[in-house]
Amino acid sequence: MATSESDGRRDMVRLEKINLAFGENHVLKDLDLSVAPTEKVVIIGPSGSGKTTILRVIMTLNRPDSGCVIIDGRHLYHEERDGQLVPAREKHIRDVRTDISMVFQHFNLFPHLTALENLTLAPMKVLGLSREEASERGLELLRRVGLGDKADQYPGQLSGGQKQRVAIARALAMRPKVMLFDEPTSALDPELVGEVLAVIRDIALEGKTTMMLVTHEMGFAREAADRVLMFDSGRIIEEGTPEQVLKDPVHERTRAFLRAVLSH
Amino acid sequence: MFAQIAFSWDWEYARRIFPIIAEGLLQTVVATLLGISIGMVLGLVLALLRRSRFRVIRWPTIAFIEFVRSTPLLVQLFFIFFVFPGFGLVLSPFVTLVVGLGIHYATYTSESYRAGIENVEHGQWEASTALNLSPATTWTRIVLPQAIPTVIPALGNYLVAMFKDAPLGFAVAAGGILLAAQAEASRSFQPIEPYTIMGALFLAVSIPAAFFVRYLERRYGYERV
Repeated sequence: MATSESDGRRDMVRLEKINLAFGENHVLKDLDLSVAPTEKVVIIGPSGSGKTTILRVIMTLNRPDSGCVIIDGRHLYHEERDGQLVPAREKHIRDVRTDISMVFQHFNLFPHLTALENLTLAPMKVLGLSREEASERGLELLRRVGLGDKADQYPGQLSGGQKQRVAIARALAMRPKVMLFDEPTSALDPELVGEVLAVIRDIALEGKTTMMLVTHEMGFAREAADRVLMFDSGRIIEEGTPEQVLKDPVHERTRAFLRAVLSH
Repeated sequence: MFAQIAFSWDWEYARRIFPIIAEGLLQTVVATLLGISIGMVLGLVLALLRRSRFRVIRWPTIAFIEFVRSTPLLVQLFFIFFVFPGFGLVLSPFVTLVVGLGIHYATYTSESYRAGIENVEHGQWEASTALNLSPATTWTRIVLPQAIPTVIPALGNYLVAMFKDAPLGFAVAAGGILLAAQAEASRSFQPIEPYTIMGALFLAVSIPAAFFVRYLERRYGYERV
């Protein structure tokens, strides 16, 4: 088993030979992927190509059939016992998972809790913050996403863009090392996309968090991403800087995909 | 015909037996309230056991629910009262009624809870995982608070249905409104007054209860925003 520090620098996220099939559908095939600390990676590709599944495997929402996920030097699905890597117990997975958080396409806010309660529940229950500490952190984050005045509103009283900004603040409240964004603007009305991208850009510019985004917003990829991955049929078929992949793609599949996306 | 009934109606007798039958009603109401309490708690437990990852828990739970649902409450009351003592468990008639109602309706409420839990969006579970909430926190703070309000109208309906089933306790001589009325009727050979009072008292409880359930449906029947 390869160590996660083979080149002297620790990857923040490292996938090794990940395989995942849903029945006959082999979604991820021997996938290898490394993401450096604070790197911003945008994953593009046609729907059904498995790009969302990468994020879901890292978030433990889908467990891989084989392969390893290593987060900041620690195996996610394996733990060492008597010098051997064995499948991890839930306790170990939960422990490693505190480094990761995710923003969903459909927000998945808790509808029975206010915006602020959405932000304070996990820091109190998982990180052990007091109510005061969690509220302080939560209010600061709500202000940061421009919703300081919505703390006591329920999700049902917010617009889609506001909901997604609360969801981003909720993920940030856990202070994760890795933030995963699964098509964060795909469910939004076009006029609300900008406010959400502005918040994500703000996190990217701050530069502290490692980010992996699945998105069709090519403009956003161009300005915020360090690296763009083109994904197709369970494999990365092309990768490089946004400049390379989006302006001058090598692969014919990438060109066809970009033509289709940009003509929309 | 109306005149005939008026003729045989003895107001003096009715006034005398009214408190006795009302006390029987109180017993029936108490049995119902205790029964629905068991039914609501045990039903939730059954719903959760039914979702267990472990087949050795899941299958017996499903078998128990199906068994209880497909046998009549009256038969179950006889079983509890006459068969349980054979296994060393002797229950008084009143406790038999409360336990019988509770277990019988728990199998119904468990199905309502199950539907309520399944109606909680899958994304809520995923968000709980993404926030690293423990299973216990996910259940108590995220899933059940969303599932239970949707179940409340159904629970209200079961409360009313259980109230109407509670006179079955008569069969094992559990005190209650039917036993009180029947005792009076057979003592005096004047059945019209006690049974009429019984019917009127049933209505006096059932109709407000039905309005209460209607209110619950309005309050919880559709999604809160």
